[in-house]
Amino acid sequence: MLVADPPLAAEFQDLRARLADADVQEKATELRKISLAVRRSVVEMIATAKLGHIGGDFSVTDIMVTCFAGVLNLDPTRPLWEDRDRFVLSKGHCAASLYSTLAYCGFFPRSELATFMAPLSALNGHPNRVKVPGVETNSGPLGHGFPVATGAALAAKLDGKSWRTVVVLGDGEMQEGSNWEAAMTASHYELANLTAIVDRNRLQQGARTEDTKALEPLGDKWRSFGWELREVDGHDHVALLQALEPSTTGKPVAIVANTIKGKGVSFMEDRVEWHHKVPSPEQVRLALEELA
Amino acid sequence: MTVTAEAATYDCRQDFADELIRLAEADERIVAVCNDSVGSSNLVGFRERFPDRLINVGIAEQDLVGVGAGLANGGKIPFVSAAAPFLTGRALEQIKADAAYSNTHVILCGQSPGMAYGELGPTHHSIEDLSWMRAVANLPVVVPADPEQTRAAVRWAVENRGPSFIRIPRFKVPAVTPPGAPFGPGLSNTLTDGDDVTVIAIGTLVSRALAAAEQLRAEGIGVRVINMPFVDPLDAGTVLAAARETRGIVTAEEATVSGGLGAAVASLVSAEHPVRMRILGVPGVFAPTGSAGFLLEHFGLTADGIAAAVRELLGHGLHG
Repeated sequence: MLVADPPLAAEFQDLRARLADADVQEKATELRKISLAVRRSVVEMIATAKLGHIGGDFSVTDIMVTCFAGVLNLDPTRPLWEDRDRFVLSKGHCAASLYSTLAYCGFFPRSELATFMAPLSALNGHPNRVKVPGVETNSGPLGHGFPVATGAALAAKLDGKSWRTVVVLGDGEMQEGSNWEAAMTASHYELANLTAIVDRNRLQQGARTEDTKALEPLGDKWRSFGWELREVDGHDHVALLQALEPSTTGKPVAIVANTIKGKGVSFMEDRVEWHHKVPSPEQVRLALEELA
Repeated sequence: MTVTAEAATYDCRQDFADELIRLAEADERIVAVCNDSVGSSNLVGFRERFPDRLINVGIAEQDLVGVGAGLANGGKIPFVSAAAPFLTGRALEQIKADAAYSNTHVILCGQSPGMAYGELGPTHHSIEDLSWMRAVANLPVVVPADPEQTRAAVRWAVENRGPSFIRIPRFKVPAVTPPGAPFGPGLSNTLTDGDDVTVIAIGTLVSRALAAAEQLRAEGIGVRVINMPFVDPLDAGTVLAAARETRGIVTAEEATVSGGLGAAVASLVSAEHPVRMRILGVPGVFAPTGSAGFLLEHFGLTADGIAAAVRELLGHGLHG
């Protein structure tokens, strides 16, 4: 298991303390800076590893950064602290974005990011909780994170604890039946402490979701499964912060976050081939320029 | 130990449920998770005693195992209980990724395993479970043979701080475990001494192996009967001693012959001390229609079938 980077973790806690009293615009300004840093890190990791899922990493970055740096109650020096909030990345192929965010928060040293997918690295292509602090479950096969998050939320509810659980799902992943099993369980058990965020970038590995197996009307599906629905721009940190406020209805909250696959690098945005294409050295240079 | 046809037999689901309730009284982390299987998992009593701690996810096995892993993440000790064929077949990837690879303290309870559902047919038989579970890393595979081992398995699984799979027998079996017998990973019970052939059996087949040993003793054949509840990890020391000290090994399990107990024993002895073996189980076919008892007879998973395999190994011919 990797261990925390104490100075980074302290810096992160200072940032959280500062943001606790800040207004939402001020918070969003800080979060935008972190998102840029995370995207740059993702480019470097994927360029080094020559492997990765850059399109989805970029669509989910603002969601992930908002959760970790703006919302969740976490202590990078105590990753298994029992009353921590739980963040579950169900779309585990976007590990580079998760690892960059975790390293930014001090869960482990940033120098580890250079080992992404290298032989014997803790940073596998899909996250492993046994090796990486801050990872709650080993995702990768789709449709796994949501039931696990549901179980975690249920445990908190059974114990009357106030910690919350957030799960981030890919939109293509909503084609997996297990997700809808979990959606039914969470609403049946009235898990108001559970938030499911769909990274709605409208592209899956090979084509648009709506051309593959249509998800729409996605919001209606969530509502009909008994969830409180919030639909936002998934790159607007202010909107995400507001959407991540607790449930107001006693129901679990679904956030459909409308995003752009490849967000932040013009030539990658909304292009299906950037699901797992690796940028050339020239494309890396251009990408880092745009993310400066 | 003599086992006769008149010996009392037990449905171990009751022992599973009683032991679970006993432990849950003392440890509030223990919860039960089921898939509309409250009755078939014999969890009615648990639900009455702890209504909030019986989680029913409905007919949804993938969700069942994932929710179990999440409950463990949240500090619970979940007994995830479902009919063995659906638990291991439908939720195999969740067992691999959410329980075993994620190293969560999820206790997977395969109810009514083997061919216990008899006439309901191969869709409801769980004869592949041992092969599938053995293939998953970091997942002990436990097959209790009687009430005492069922209770011991439940206790062990709570103490073990990782994932495990336990078959909970439904087919009625006699008690076969001597008082004070050890129970744990890599441990087994040698029930009879014998230097001619070893029979390693699990679950429903243990009492039948003992009956076979009785038959063969009358013929002057000494059979060493070993009850090996941990199919993974095996008691390697006892298996290899048997390989060295007897002339061959017969394994007997209510499961397919591909990948279960027999395969585990074979891969060990073939590497360390090759001996002749016979692997008794379901020989790579879907069972015909019939009761559980009928099907065990049909596939020779009986005292007579085990005795015949022993004689054959010794070169006495199929019928002695």
